[in-house]
Amino acid sequence: MVGGSGMGGGLLENANPLIYERSGERPVTAGEEDEQVPDSIDAREIFDILKLLRSLPQRFKMDVHITPGTHASEHAVNKQLADKERVAAALENTHLLEVVNQCLSARS
Amino acid sequence: MAAAAALEAVAPTGVLWGLVQDFVMGHQEGPADQVAAELQFTAFDEFRSSLENPEPRTRARGIQLLSQVLLQCHSLLLEKEVVHLILFYENRLKDHHLVIPSVLQGLRALSLCVALPPGLAVSVLKAIFQEVHVQSLPQVDRHTVYSIITNFMRTREEELKGLGADFTFGFIQVMDGEKDPRNLLVAFRIVHDLISRDYSLDTQGLITVWPPNDPHGIQREDLILSLRAVLASTPRFAEFLLPLLIEKVDSEILSAKLDSLQTLNACCAVYGQKELKDFLPSLWASIRREVFQTASERVEAEGLAALNSLTACLSRSVLRADAEDLLDSFLSNILQDCRHHLCEPDMKLVWPSAKLLQAAAGASARACDHITSNVLPLLLEQFHKHTQSNQRRTILEMILGFLKLQQKWSYEDKDERPLSGFKDQLCSLVFMALTDPSTQLQLVGIRTLTVLGAQPDLLSPGDLELAVGHLYRLSFLEEDSPSCRVAALEASGILATLYPVAFSSHLVPKLAEELCIEESDLARGDGPTKCSRHLRCLQALSAISTHPSIVKETLPLLLQHLCHMNKGNTVAGTSEVIAVCQSLQQVAEKCQRDPESCWYFHQTAIPCLLALAVQASMPEKEHSVLKKVLLEDEVLAAMVSVIGTATTHLSPDLAAQSVAHIVPLFLDGNISFLPENSFPGRFQPFQDGSSGQRRLVALLMAFVCSLPRTVSDGNIWGVVLVEIPQLNQLMRELLELSCCHSCPFSSTAAAKCFAGLLNKHPAGQQLDEFLQLAVDKVEAGLSSGPCRSQAFTLLLWVTKALVLRYHPLSSCLTDRLMGLLSDPELGPAAADGFSLLMSDCTDVLTRAGHAEVRIMFRQRFFTDNVPALVRGFHAAPQDVKPNYLKGLSHVLNRLPKPVLLPELPTLLSLLLEALSCPDSVVQLSTLSCLQPLLLEAPQVMSLHVDTLVTKFLNLSSSPSMAVRIAALQCMHALTRLPTPVLLPYKPQVIRALARPLDDKKRLVRKEAVSARGEWFLLGSPGS
Repeated sequence: MVGGSGMGGGLLENANPLIYERSGERPVTAGEEDEQVPDSIDAREIFDILKLLRSLPQRFKMDVHITPGTHASEHAVNKQLADKERVAAALENTHLLEVVNQCLSARS
Repeated sequence: MAAAAALEAVAPTGVLWGLVQDFVMGHQEGPADQVAAELQFTAFDEFRSSLENPEPRTRARGIQLLSQVLLQCHSLLLEKEVVHLILFYENRLKDHHLVIPSVLQGLRALSLCVALPPGLAVSVLKAIFQEVHVQSLPQVDRHTVYSIITNFMRTREEELKGLGADFTFGFIQVMDGEKDPRNLLVAFRIVHDLISRDYSLDTQGLITVWPPNDPHGIQREDLILSLRAVLASTPRFAEFLLPLLIEKVDSEILSAKLDSLQTLNACCAVYGQKELKDFLPSLWASIRREVFQTASERVEAEGLAALNSLTACLSRSVLRADAEDLLDSFLSNILQDCRHHLCEPDMKLVWPSAKLLQAAAGASARACDHITSNVLPLLLEQFHKHTQSNQRRTILEMILGFLKLQQKWSYEDKDERPLSGFKDQLCSLVFMALTDPSTQLQLVGIRTLTVLGAQPDLLSPGDLELAVGHLYRLSFLEEDSPSCRVAALEASGILATLYPVAFSSHLVPKLAEELCIEESDLARGDGPTKCSRHLRCLQALSAISTHPSIVKETLPLLLQHLCHMNKGNTVAGTSEVIAVCQSLQQVAEKCQRDPESCWYFHQTAIPCLLALAVQASMPEKEHSVLKKVLLEDEVLAAMVSVIGTATTHLSPDLAAQSVAHIVPLFLDGNISFLPENSFPGRFQPFQDGSSGQRRLVALLMAFVCSLPRTVSDGNIWGVVLVEIPQLNQLMRELLELSCCHSCPFSSTAAAKCFAGLLNKHPAGQQLDEFLQLAVDKVEAGLSSGPCRSQAFTLLLWVTKALVLRYHPLSSCLTDRLMGLLSDPELGPAAADGFSLLMSDCTDVLTRAGHAEVRIMFRQRFFTDNVPALVRGFHAAPQDVKPNYLKGLSHVLNRLPKPVLLPELPTLLSLLLEALSCPDSVVQLSTLSCLQPLLLEAPQVMSLHVDTLVTKFLNLSSSPSMAVRIAALQCMHALTRLPTPVLLPYKPQVIRALARPLDDKKRLVRKEAVSARGEWFLLGSPGS
């Protein structure tokens, strides 16, 4: 996200970059505590807690893309991500799977 | 012992000879102690042959024996003998290396001798330094050498100092290369003593050690601390230590950075300008780098602390007339490197720079002055230069930081205060912030205003008037987020204690006006805004009642408002009356600190409230809706809390005065002390009075159950209750009312009042009588008839009163209560009663209200009653089993988790059964008991994995959201069980957890995601 300012044509200042305030935990609203009110799944929720296919209800379909303009070989990576067999093959690589699992594990 | 006695009796020398032989030849270890215990030094000859034995091992054994003997009897040796022995031992140091350890043992014994003649200590040490290569000895023997040195340093300090640098040099040679942490600790202590007692030093040699990375047995922390004590004990190390520290700070290792910054911090306590002078630029550069490019918050904090103590050290030093003041140049350096960052409020370095400057400014008044006078004008200018709210907020927050530092230093002379020059600018800036649309900026503005106000004599009356005006405006803001309003009210409270006059002359009249105007506007029907403005007004009035003189104005206003509501023809809503009561309660709370205000409040508010209530309870022809409002449950509860708060902090004699009025009011209808006492009828709540009058017993309860205790000399317990007149009659009336079935509110209030008084009543005959009356009443009521539920309520409250004070009768009453669990009518109420027994009340039986509450009563109740509950559960018929489970779960729920955990495994089967109970209270409490148990005792729980998985999954689709969340948390906690146990369930669980992912409640989905994620990872590599 910070990279965006560099792309915008402004001076890229790595030594003393612009900083944005970290948004806090999503506050629990009264509506969320009320048994009767259904809460819809919104963008913030996707961002906060649903990062994997396994965290989404089955009725959802998921596409993964690199944010435009943030990667040198953006197009190639998008192509690889779209290739289901390629992704499945990657997950058969034990070492890669191990690294991914380490990232997912909540325990340190 | 028998052997020793025989030894002496028969033939000492002969037997001794045998023992010595045994030991020396290595047959036994025992005799050494025996010999030592029996032997006087005359027996030295006995050793001769073994000491001269040509075999070094035998010689070593001989010397070992002799040394052990000496250790036992060193205090008995004569000077002549000591000289003789020392010569012998010194000579032995040249002997075979096998002998050396025993020789050192002997020397250690001799170093403890009182009779050691002068000169010998030096000679022993010289011999050791010369003859022994200490670092090639085992750890124990090196330790012996350090002990010898320590002993001599303790008793022969003068002699050792005579040895001059030779001694320190010798010692350094001895410890050079020492790696064992146990020895290092001793060695560091010696070095510390060397330095602190002015031994002549060759310091260069000393600075060669750094904590080893692999200490065994001894905490690394201990080593670091003792080394730091050495390094920071003298300024003489500075020239060697400071470069080392700078090098370590510059290194990549986090712990080295932290250690060296902490050491620098410690060193600054003893260093002066002279030592620091040459290193200041590099030290500053290192610290600046660490704070600017910080990777860890701890390094940053330590860096700031080091800078703070460096500056403090420079500020403290005494200068010679011709010397330059390093503080000024140092601070100028800091300012130069930091100030330009302050001008970029969006950039990353702005906060590190501000923190560095504030760390330096916090060191001394002089530093603070220097930095503030440079930084404040800059920041003030920047504030005006930047127009965006968030930039201004950053700048104002920095200003706030510097202003707060000012509070650390007190200035005698008003003109000296560095802030007085900036006062006008600061005030206008704060007022700008307060009128800004950004809430964040307003919040910082409010905080800054509070800090400015705390500076003595800074704000002028004009500033204060403006400030009060702003706070008034902010207190009435109609914003969605209440944060600003809350902050403004809080700031008003703080400033009102400092400037009561400003608030009572500028704010109180405005608020009074606000309360009145709105009332006459009511006809126009702008109801909702009126309500909210009134509410704000009431909140503001209670917030500023922080000073006794203000209370004298706000309290009459509030009471007057209440009377108006009561008298007027308008309909006052319940919520509005409650709001006034809440305000009154907050004022009462603020008055508690000051005895005089406390009495003022009590004396003014309570008669007024009682008069209003009594008036409302009078039978009247036209039943105005309004007057009935005062008798509603919620309104009475709000009044109860006002009366309770106004009573708990009264002094005992004033409380006694009040009791003498209030109790007769209720018992005899004596209304003479009420401010307006012309009522249409008599007030007789206990006799035949109307149900409205009976309800007012709640107010009596609030008062008598909050009365303070007094310290008395005559009573062996030291404390007695403020004496209540006509107590006997009062108790009987309360008991009577408590079982009266016409109005549950008044009968409960009477039961609570009775229980509250019972709890505080001193043990004795009268208490037993009251108890007997209560038990009779309960039994009579429970047996049959219309009052069963009233009698049950009485039983419950009396039980609670006794459980809290560990009264012996409490177990009896608890058993009675447990018996009611299987009662078809009262069973569910009895189960819920356990919740009341275990929880804290707010109105009666509270610690604040001086009730007798033993701290461990919950634990005690648990141990005393849970086994019986479990037995009752097993014995009970199927239809009432849930009552037992519910009662049990109330008890378990209120118990602190650490107390509960060890007991849970015994209750496990019951808990598993409780999971199938349809009551959601039971389910929730069971889940919350099981969750920590899954984390703490996974082995025990893995035996029941099948049941647990099934039940948790079932509950994860419960209609209650809280149960679903708890069940999913338990599913998550289940993953702590050993993986092999869980793997068979993995596919099933993952499938089942897909459903709660689509739950309608977000909080449930959140738990489902984390639980499912964890189950996915089970058994996969890398998790």
